[in-house]
Amino acid sequence: MDRNAVEIRNLTKKFGDFTAVDNISFNVRKGEIFGFLGANGAGKTTAMRILCGLSLPTAGEGTVAGYDINTQQEKIKRHIGYMSQKFSLYPDLTVRENIRLFGGIYGLRDRQIREKTDALLGMLEMQSEKDRFAGSLPLGWKQKLAFSIAMIHDPEIIFLDEPTGGVDPETRRRFWEMIYDASEKGTTVFVTTHYMDEAEYCDRVSVMVDGRIAALDSPERLKSEYGADNMDEVFRIIVR
Amino acid sequence: MNAIEIDNISKSYGQARALQDVSLTVNQGEIFGLIGPDGAGKTTLFRIMTTLMLADSGSGKVCGLDIVKDFARLRRIIGYMPGRFSLYQDLSVRENLDYFATLFGTTVRDNYENIREIYSQIEPFADRRAGKLSGGMKQKLALCCALVHKPSVLFLDEPTTGVDAVSRKDFWTMLTRIKASGVTVFVSTPYMDEAAMCDRLALIRDGVIIGTGTPEEIISGFPFRLLSVKGRRMYPLLKQLRKTGGVISCFSFGDSHHVTYSPEVTGKEQILAGLAEAGFSDCTAREISPGIEDCFMWLSHGNGSGRQTEAGMRQL
Repeated sequence: MDRNAVEIRNLTKKFGDFTAVDNISFNVRKGEIFGFLGANGAGKTTAMRILCGLSLPTAGEGTVAGYDINTQQEKIKRHIGYMSQKFSLYPDLTVRENIRLFGGIYGLRDRQIREKTDALLGMLEMQSEKDRFAGSLPLGWKQKLAFSIAMIHDPEIIFLDEPTGGVDPETRRRFWEMIYDASEKGTTVFVTTHYMDEAEYCDRVSVMVDGRIAALDSPERLKSEYGADNMDEVFRIIVR
Repeated sequence: MNAIEIDNISKSYGQARALQDVSLTVNQGEIFGLIGPDGAGKTTLFRIMTTLMLADSGSGKVCGLDIVKDFARLRRIIGYMPGRFSLYQDLSVRENLDYFATLFGTTVRDNYENIREIYSQIEPFADRRAGKLSGGMKQKLALCCALVHKPSVLFLDEPTTGVDAVSRKDFWTMLTRIKASGVTVFVSTPYMDEAAMCDRLALIRDGVIIGTGTPEEIISGFPFRLLSVKGRRMYPLLKQLRKTGGVISCFSFGDSHHVTYSPEVTGKEQILAGLAEAGFSDCTAREISPGIEDCFMWLSHGNGSGRQTEAGMRQL
């Protein structure tokens, strides 16, 4: 059988006496949209930093895109994409410069970057905007561009850290349509959000409480298990 | 007297227009929500109304005091909690609170009753540095500091941004209690679901107020019929619905799609039949009333003068 995009066994992270992530295990299947939920301070960011190769676990093992989280952090970084609402593009670089910068960071050759730039501008219908500063773009475009740039190296899995926080209702939904498109093409999507309607859009959802995974299943099954009408209720029951 | 009067306020930063002819009134003792996405101008309006910034044009009053002429007196009767945590990180919880009380010429002891309910939750950590508190505790401390001088009007700029769904509910419960003590609350948020907790609200987008009223009033102005449609393959269903005749717009809303349509052109049964023909035979649909988020999306496509067109909505 094909391996999973993420496989985590008994992952623990301690900061001094404080256990931020407490012996969690889970898999993310290839091509699935995996929602990573939890209350503030539940350990989501700590766990996500380990998955992205930015921090080493205190104990436990696992792979991301097939690479070991303990020994192959640099390989992980090359094979994943990352985007958050807080940071995505350099506002004082142009659209084209942003594409070039990230392409270079991910080790694409000049010719590949040129091809990618053309393909990406075409797909986003942004040719006429290529010399505009990224900071001056409308939010919806900015997000599309940031998402596409995070995928410029065709990663197997993309990590989206609250990609839609503070975004207007329509742009937020258009962004999810991009997520669906990416998922249909086989990219695995690992996403955190505080919007519970967005939890419904995931294939499976995990809910972290105090460093542990308190629940993990499809939204449908979680709702029926907790006797709830929607994910907002599920979340409240689990976190309380 | 209104607690807050905002009259034709405009503000630009160079070429960028942050606020355009904004007029609002907030009644005494109500929770008034300013709801809109990032970049809509919410913080600019808060800074102008709390006398921290001058408008380019227009005027404003808080409890009858002019935001320009009476700025010094006005500052004494308002509490302001900015969006970014702005307390002293290296002072303890108690020191921060004492400091803010002293700035307003009062003491924590004199006003303990005002803040007791919220403060009691962080009092066990009174000697901890503010910078070492969790997000939720920081928020409670900031709220205490904004309330310690018993303000008449409390300005809260995005108090729930980045806060999880459960803590957001707790925060609104706190606001309801603050309101019960007679304080007027002017609060901004990007979360549309918080609209229901407001007595009245204004929807803001690109510096323009696109709707105002009680949540019920805003909802009753929604001009379309709305269907909630569910099926097994939700994303293909979304694309199919957008191609369906008579459908004006279709967007995901949690586990269903919200579909607006023209009743003259089509209806529920007709839409379902069309879907079945296209291979979506497992769908269910029911008529629903819109929520604030539906209204916001519709009003976003207006022409700025409050007149929204079906053509505008079709661009969705």
